[in-house]
Amino acid sequence: MSDIFTEETRDRARAIMARYPAGRERSALLPMLHLVQSVQGYVSPEGMAFCAEMLGITKAQVAAVATFYTMYKRRPTGDWLVSVCTNTMCGVLGGDKAYKALSEHLGVGHDETTEDGTITLEHAECLAACDYAPVMTVNYEFFDRIDADRALDVVKQLENGERPQPSRGPRLCTFKEASLQLAGWADDRDGAVGEGPAGEPTLAGNRLAERFGVTVAGFDPNTPIGGNGNGSGPGHSVPPTAPKPASDGKPAGDTPAVGKESK
Amino acid sequence: MSNPSQGALAKLTPVLTKRWLSPDAWKIGVYERLDGYAALRKAFKAQPDELIALMKDSGLRGRGGAGFPTGMKWGFIPQNDGKPHYLVVNADEGEPGTCKDLPLMMADPHSLVEGIIIAAYAIRANFAAIYIRGEAMHAARRLRNAVNEAYQRGYLGRNILGTGFDLDLVVHSGAGAYICGEETALLDSLEGYRGQPRLKPPFPATHGLYSAPTVVNNVETICSVPYIVLGGGAWWKTMGTEKSPGPKIYSISGRVQNPGQYECSLGITLRELLELAGGMQDGHQLRFWTPGGSSTPLLTAEHLDTPMDFESMAAAGTMLGTTAVQIFSDQDCPVYATYRWIEFYHHESCGKCTPCREGNYWMAHVLRRILSGAGTHEDLDTLLDACDNLLGRSFCALGDGATSPVTSSIKYFKQDYLDYIEGRKAPMFGAGELVGAH
Repeated sequence: MSDIFTEETRDRARAIMARYPAGRERSALLPMLHLVQSVQGYVSPEGMAFCAEMLGITKAQVAAVATFYTMYKRRPTGDWLVSVCTNTMCGVLGGDKAYKALSEHLGVGHDETTEDGTITLEHAECLAACDYAPVMTVNYEFFDRIDADRALDVVKQLENGERPQPSRGPRLCTFKEASLQLAGWADDRDGAVGEGPAGEPTLAGNRLAERFGVTVAGFDPNTPIGGNGNGSGPGHSVPPTAPKPASDGKPAGDTPAVGKESK
Repeated sequence: MSNPSQGALAKLTPVLTKRWLSPDAWKIGVYERLDGYAALRKAFKAQPDELIALMKDSGLRGRGGAGFPTGMKWGFIPQNDGKPHYLVVNADEGEPGTCKDLPLMMADPHSLVEGIIIAAYAIRANFAAIYIRGEAMHAARRLRNAVNEAYQRGYLGRNILGTGFDLDLVVHSGAGAYICGEETALLDSLEGYRGQPRLKPPFPATHGLYSAPTVVNNVETICSVPYIVLGGGAWWKTMGTEKSPGPKIYSISGRVQNPGQYECSLGITLRELLELAGGMQDGHQLRFWTPGGSSTPLLTAEHLDTPMDFESMAAAGTMLGTTAVQIFSDQDCPVYATYRWIEFYHHESCGKCTPCREGNYWMAHVLRRILSGAGTHEDLDTLLDACDNLLGRSFCALGDGATSPVTSSIKYFKQDYLDYIEGRKAPMFGAGELVGAH
């Protein structure tokens, strides 16, 4: 075990433990499992033993946790973990077809890795990006609005040793490097945090509001915290300072929500 | 595409989302120039109890799906009890259809950090954690950066802004488990265990993280706090309805022209929201939709004018949930949609209670049989019977939620089921090609 996990990894494990209140170091277990995954590309029996030793708990206690969560891989995982969302929305919009195309192209099924050990395929449950559906991720970085052709294109680039550019988030890093970030280490690649602009679906409502000049009226950042101008509700004690009237001088609560003028 | 009507446009309320248009708002300097951390300075001049009273006055209700009044939740934390208090932010966004918290943390992570500091000050917590789903790497990267920046500027750590208030904030990535969106499962997971829900009571307000008084709030809830501190409860209540006040980020996806995030006054109708989203895609007619994720019973075109607020959705037999509005058309099959959602619940069931673990396993099998053309009329009774044994009998609300797509799709679309069973509709697939059946 000492061969696999260096003193640097041990220091990192201790740093994770130090994030939590004293006596509550077991909270470090999930990030620590990401940490051992960053070393080996999966959670091995040695990795579980390492966590158990660091935290002073049994290997069985670690195994109970490691086997519960989808993101801890029990077998060696490729450099590129390709996850296609096949939950309902992505599935009906093309995710099912994209998954099938990738599975046929790579010759692997769910949670399987190509013979050369570089690419692992899985179908994922909802990835919280339904406005960009259908989506796939590579090492959890998003490729938005894919179809079977686009999914194949991304995977073929990976096969050629290229790093396709995700739609949101920065340049791809390997599965092990991503696991280190999941353990809580910042992405130290120059400029990486800033990469990944907000896509149009994210901004859709804002764009409309901007185009038609819709703003929310009546916002006064100096409104007193105690004086809400709305009277006291039952059980609400009036703070010592006298409530001021609402900023617009009118009774609160019956003003229109939005002031809008067409541009 | 025609422009939205004035009535629909008047429902837009860009408050939490307005900084998203500034591409560098994730940097602390830009955030500060855009009124960032002004609410924190203002909050520190008030007493913690005044902030709790402010949240009560604002009528803010939790944005994670249940709609519990936030001020009341904060007020449940016992004071002067000698125990440490904790604030935990639920950023485990995973309810199918839901996609509001990730863009919020991506574009404006400091608004969450600022809200956390104010909330922690109000409930007298000196340790807070953001439990963010593991797959959300891009948002976690921005959050970790924001937390580091906030420490460097003295907004986190010891003696914040000279007030004597201390707060440590940890960004904790999960590892892929829908159940961890349930608050007590989240707490177990954060403590380093399998994410399985706890028996309630006791509630987290008295026995939460490390058995100490804990507030668990959703990302959007906490991000609302700085705006309420600045603008006041009366201003907040100028938006939304009397019982569901404020702005809310509606996430519309599926068969619409412009899917995306639309922050609107609570109580907007689907007809209005569809107008904002450019209408249905060409060649598609609205057939069924979820108001707030897959755990909220389906609605149909009959419900185009029902206000999407907590009360009106409940009156219509569904729930507001996470305002994850998923739009399906006449070209989508409600039986297949239900099948995929039940495969999801089957995969994500934590296994702790029998109704959810076994119920979803069997419902997935029955739905698969129906879709492959081998279903029977008794299968529909079996599905409803399984739902009867799940709803109200599972350990947590996530098990209850699994029944929503089944009972509502049988209620509105029984004919679709019968068409498969009676051979009028071609089987969706043979047994060999069940993508997603893991």
